[in-house]
Amino acid sequence: MSDFGTVASIAADVASGRASARAILEQHLVRIDTREGEVHAFNLVMRERALESAAEIDDRVKRGDNPGRLAGVPVALKDNMCTRGVDTTCSSRILEGWKPPYDATAVKKLAAEGAVFIGKTNLDEFAMGSSTENSAFGPTRNPLDTSRVPGGSSGGSAAAVAAGFAAGSLGSDTGGSIRQPAALCGLVGVKPTYGLVSRYGLVAFASSLDQIGPFTHTVEDAAILTEVIAGHDPMDSTSIPQPAPDLVGVLGAGVKGLRIGRVADLPKGADPDVLARLDAAFDALAEAGATIVDVRLPSLSFALTAYYLIAPAEASSNLARYDGVRYGKRVAAGDINTMYADTRESGFGDEVKRRIMLGTYALSAGYYDAYYGKALKVRRLIADDFARAYADADVILTPTSPSVAFRFGSKTDDPLAMYLCDIFTIPTNLAGHPAMSVPFGTGQDGMPVGVQVLAPTLGEATMFRAAAELERAV
Amino acid sequence: MSDSSKFQNGLPDGWELVVGLEVHVELATKTKLFSASPNRFGDEPNTNIDPVTLGLPGALPVLNEHAVELAMRIGLALNCSVQPCTFHRKNYFYPDLPKAYQISQYDQPLNVDGYLMLPGNVRVEVERAHLEEDTGKSTHFGGAGGRIHGSEYSLIDFNRAGVPLVEIVSRPDIRTAEQAKQYVSELRAILVAIGASDAKMEEGSMRCDANVSVRRFGDPLGTRCEIKNVNSVRSLGRAIEYEARRQVDILETGGSIRQETRHWDDAEGRTHTLRTKEDADDYRYFLEPDLVPLAPDAAWVERVRSALPALPAARRALLAALTGADVEGEAVSVVVERGQDPYVKSVVDAGGEAGRALVWVQQSFAEEGESPRLPAKDLAALTVMEREGKITATQAKTVLGEMLANGGGDPVAIAASKGFEALDTSSIATFVDDAIAAQPDAWAKYCAGEEKAAGALVGAIMKASKGKADGKVVTAMLQERRGS
Repeated sequence: MSDFGTVASIAADVASGRASARAILEQHLVRIDTREGEVHAFNLVMRERALESAAEIDDRVKRGDNPGRLAGVPVALKDNMCTRGVDTTCSSRILEGWKPPYDATAVKKLAAEGAVFIGKTNLDEFAMGSSTENSAFGPTRNPLDTSRVPGGSSGGSAAAVAAGFAAGSLGSDTGGSIRQPAALCGLVGVKPTYGLVSRYGLVAFASSLDQIGPFTHTVEDAAILTEVIAGHDPMDSTSIPQPAPDLVGVLGAGVKGLRIGRVADLPKGADPDVLARLDAAFDALAEAGATIVDVRLPSLSFALTAYYLIAPAEASSNLARYDGVRYGKRVAAGDINTMYADTRESGFGDEVKRRIMLGTYALSAGYYDAYYGKALKVRRLIADDFARAYADADVILTPTSPSVAFRFGSKTDDPLAMYLCDIFTIPTNLAGHPAMSVPFGTGQDGMPVGVQVLAPTLGEATMFRAAAELERAV
Repeated sequence: MSDSSKFQNGLPDGWELVVGLEVHVELATKTKLFSASPNRFGDEPNTNIDPVTLGLPGALPVLNEHAVELAMRIGLALNCSVQPCTFHRKNYFYPDLPKAYQISQYDQPLNVDGYLMLPGNVRVEVERAHLEEDTGKSTHFGGAGGRIHGSEYSLIDFNRAGVPLVEIVSRPDIRTAEQAKQYVSELRAILVAIGASDAKMEEGSMRCDANVSVRRFGDPLGTRCEIKNVNSVRSLGRAIEYEARRQVDILETGGSIRQETRHWDDAEGRTHTLRTKEDADDYRYFLEPDLVPLAPDAAWVERVRSALPALPAARRALLAALTGADVEGEAVSVVVERGQDPYVKSVVDAGGEAGRALVWVQQSFAEEGESPRLPAKDLAALTVMEREGKITATQAKTVLGEMLANGGGDPVAIAASKGFEALDTSSIATFVDDAIAAQPDAWAKYCAGEEKAAGALVGAIMKASKGKADGKVVTAMLQERRGS
């Protein structure tokens, strides 16, 4: 755990008047001034706006008004979440200069509880990547070892919290983009059940997989942020029509009697140091009174392939709107088709183009059944596998990432090696289930290792119970 | 197919026309299909917009329940089954398509397997009627023919983007241009009657594409061409006839038809190639992940079905039975289209003469709405005067004009104030004999079979009688005297 304040402690201090929101903010801004040049967590530091919000929170406290559950807590936002009047780039040239006229629902909910937005964080362009090396504005570095990647695609949001630039942050997770960088930066990262958090205002990568979630230092902080951003939103048709769950209340419940699933046919690929920490996690939970049971997920080995057809297919459609007609970048040309082509050619990076082409191909007449159609069937099989596994287990533990944080450039020339980073996180997105990564000691070179806790749809409470127990056991 | 159809459509003997129609109608909702912006025609460009309409990053669609209900009304009025359905994305690039995909329905539409009856008991199957969103409206300036390619610049109005549409697809059951026109007219009457759309072709709230092919009788279906830009019922007939003739000419000279989309040029009266099948986009349809499946429950479907008003066909049948008029005649269809059939019924209920009431409403109530200002009992009284021979048709028309202008009145009093009374037969006979005596030349011509010559005689009789002679009686007397 870090020396920086937690979400819970900052909010309590600000609400009680022990600390001012402004003083808290300034501590964070000093850390940003000191280390941001080296880390590059942010596309934009919202210094002025943050100072205004902090002053407003302090006024509320002075007046005796309720300053909210997140009073004065500096929060960073992945730069693919719409913020009214503030640049939202997705780390892409194609959206340069675009300022949304509205806030994302999750952003609104944080603001309503008194959070102070400190900046918009770097990401792999349109959230496509596992290292934040695909940003059009340069990579983010892992604050724990700046020769290594922070993971991705929400690398900036992870680095911002790990470096003490923000007490918590929001990321988005389509195939592991919260959990993997959380693991690589030694943080808690949560991908809630699909539909628990509104996607309204989250710039879409793959609509059926995307979900917003928090990065924090502690499980309690993650529970607080998840509770705040969760709940039904009539602006998102896929939002689950029920209120946010109680998570903070279950953290002390322990794991006595819980059945913890161990995947007997876990896909190969995890490093020995990572697997050693996973074994230690099972031991810790068993010691705390849980039962370890074996489960089988035979379709898991097809998950990566299915994901790399479904996600690009949806992306090829979602990203078609960046055509230079209405907003963002436009490369002028003599006719409409050349304008489209030149705008998209210069506006998108290589990985985004690769996925657009892959997805367009997978949906094309004559190929749909063999690629996209088959991938949907695999998705169904994976959900079926999980359903059987959860008949025997309450939660499942797997590694989050196959390895600890890797060094820059080590996978950039090999897209497939990069895609394998998500092999343990992707199945959850395909099933729509919740999962979270919890730091559980260190591996090679003293870098942090994350253990992933998986749960069935709306199984967040049980998931957080197990995560809290792991945190206590470290 | 009956023999008579061989000689329709201006096609040479032996050729059969086959037409299927795709009709798009804008639904009369307050707001758009997936956002809260107003659905309103004619506003300042780009004022009825919002993040969803513009396809801004992060904006998500939320289905308009009222649009679903109106779409269900259409389906039920067309005898369709309403079924659980899904939305798909139809992907293509065009500047007035903000997301670069249109949200539409693909393999699971809301309404399927209905039909529409045309005059002469012709049944046209409706394959489907599905929900989708409209695009924005582009206007291209400079260059050739108002098309984007070669234009200097284009302006886009996104007010129309996201307006709810229902696309009604018929099976290729139409065999004449006249039937196609009847289909569209009947469909329009139904849409207006059930309040689903104002269905104005001239404003674009109803748009019609025709799939046209020809074949020799008994042959399998020929290659079809899709005709776009048909902006009125009359144009539809002309476009189909032109296109059928074009195809027959090609086939008769040994050529073959290329499947393509063709543009109807109303001024030139011809169609020309818009794009061939090879140029057609691959729309890469896939399930819209931002929406959930729509499954209207049986109770909702029944609520919508039971709230449907009487449809035009049923109303025409009732009106024809009430008045003794031809069910397929113009009077019945015009009066039902104006929604004035309940008024005719109330005139009859007030003791009026049904046939005369229908005629007067058809002829003189074009400016009146569904609820004419004239009390039904007043029109009833007028038709009674006619029946009793107390007033001529010409006089009745004048009286009715005054009643309409005043929003009512006692026809007996009005006729009296104008000195109107129908002349008895013996008085008319005097005027007739006087006229014959005064115009021997005209009389001679008339007797020689020149019907037009009667005009001068009738005119003189009417003038002499100050319009009180009944025209029909006068004509009958002239014929009687001529011995014809």
